Amino acid sequence: MNGISRRKLLAGGLGGAAGLVTADRLARRYGLIPPDGGGIYGPGETLTYAAQRLLTRHSMAREFARSQISNPPFANEVAPMGEVFHRLQKEAFAGWRLAVDGMVARPASFALDQLRGFPRRSQITHLACEEGWSYIAEWTGVPLAYILKITGALPQARYVVYRSIQSDWWDSVDMADALHPQTILAMWMNGGPLPVEFGGPLRLRVPRQLGYKSVKYITGLTVTDNLKRFGKGLGSASPEGGYAWYAGI
Amino acid sequence: MSYNPPMTAALGARHSALVRVTHWITALAFVALLVTGGEILLSHPRFYWGETGNVLTRPLFQLPLPSSRDMVVTGYGYVLPDQNGWSRYLHFEAAWVAVLTGLVYVISGLMGGHFRRNLLPGRGYPFWTVEDAQSYSVLQRTAYLLVVFVLFPLVVWTGLAMSPAMASVFPAAVAVLGGQQSARTIHFFVSILLAIFLLIHVAMVWIAGFRARVGAMITGRAGAGMERV
Repeated sequence: MNGISRRKLLAGGLGGAAGLVTADRLARRYGLIPPDGGGIYGPGETLTYAAQRLLTRHSMAREFARSQISNPPFANEVAPMGEVFHRLQKEAFAGWRLAVDGMVARPASFALDQLRGFPRRSQITHLACEEGWSYIAEWTGVPLAYILKITGALPQARYVVYRSIQSDWWDSVDMADALHPQTILAMWMNGGPLPVEFGGPLRLRVPRQLGYKSVKYITGLTVTDNLKRFGKGLGSASPEGGYAWYAGI
Repeated sequence: MSYNPPMTAALGARHSALVRVTHWITALAFVALLVTGGEILLSHPRFYWGETGNVLTRPLFQLPLPSSRDMVVTGYGYVLPDQNGWSRYLHFEAAWVAVLTGLVYVISGLMGGHFRRNLLPGRGYPFWTVEDAQSYSVLQRTAYLLVVFVLFPLVVWTGLAMSPAMASVFPAAVAVLGGQQSARTIHFFVSILLAIFLLIHVAMVWIAGFRARVGAMITGRAGAGMERV
């Protein structure tokens, strides 16, 4: 009996290994391996990203009633803003620009006023920090998909890299999140202009992921098919600081 | 101590190879989950009920622990070093290991009659005993079934309910729990229950004969290690 179960176990192990190799090949083909999918935590990250990508391709983040908006919302600490930011702030961000480049047919640079004139989407969503706290707010802004449409993102594009005016903050999302209707460049919050402590004048909101993917003070977007060229090639500044690139958890 | 061959010896091992392998993988994954879960908790040792909660809202309770974030007022005069990065990576990886191992254990246990034979409480078994060389008592059987079929699924469910991506696919699974902060609070309490189970489990193994019981879970032989005691 012991011999049989041991043989079964061995066969199961070999079958499992063959299954893993096949799964790895399929995951690579369908882009289900995250950019930080190497190293000892790679298998766990890959399983999470692949499983959630297959499940969430078209799912919508929960939206809440106006009565559920957190009052007051909680503004996380931000690093001191640089001189450039303060200069822009003095002129009510009239000089703030969003540069769009990379794999787009028409690279562009939009002033905040132009962005304000684009079609808007409003949504009351939950923002959860990896630390454990959360709040609900209404966010309004232009869908990232609209910016990608008017700049002509190429069909080969696989990721959108976004950068903050804070030079050590940059991140990226795959096209599933970049083209998702709830992924917006937020300029308003709870009916007013987006306050600086919440990322104003321009913050990317990715409501199907944890708060740290919603980078504040966005100044640039780069559309790409390869994240290897950015930073250490892990997809964002987060894995360089030890945090997962994919934060759908 | 005399060694009496157990009745089950004729039927084979005290623990099947599958039970032994899944037991130790789960043990390793669970210790990793406990340690990293504790570390993640330190960044915000406050708990809430409902959908939202932060330092501006009233908590359900706050643990008397120092925090790894300076915005949480703890009463301690210092802030712990932040180890959330690797803790989170390892927590989710260990969760996958525990879930996949658990699935193998439960499916094979249901098909092979392991639960019916070894864990279903019945009239023939003593209500309480720490001697488990041959079979488990009713209390032990109930505890194991509770862990496998109630606490473990609940800790996975409440863990997944904290995920904004999973909440977008199964919003009802979050609503039933009362919200994402409620899910976090329940996750904490279920983890405490699992940790208590682990403590009692190890204590009972100790009382029943540490070398013999651990030996049985490694080699499968009921009296393993006994010879040398």
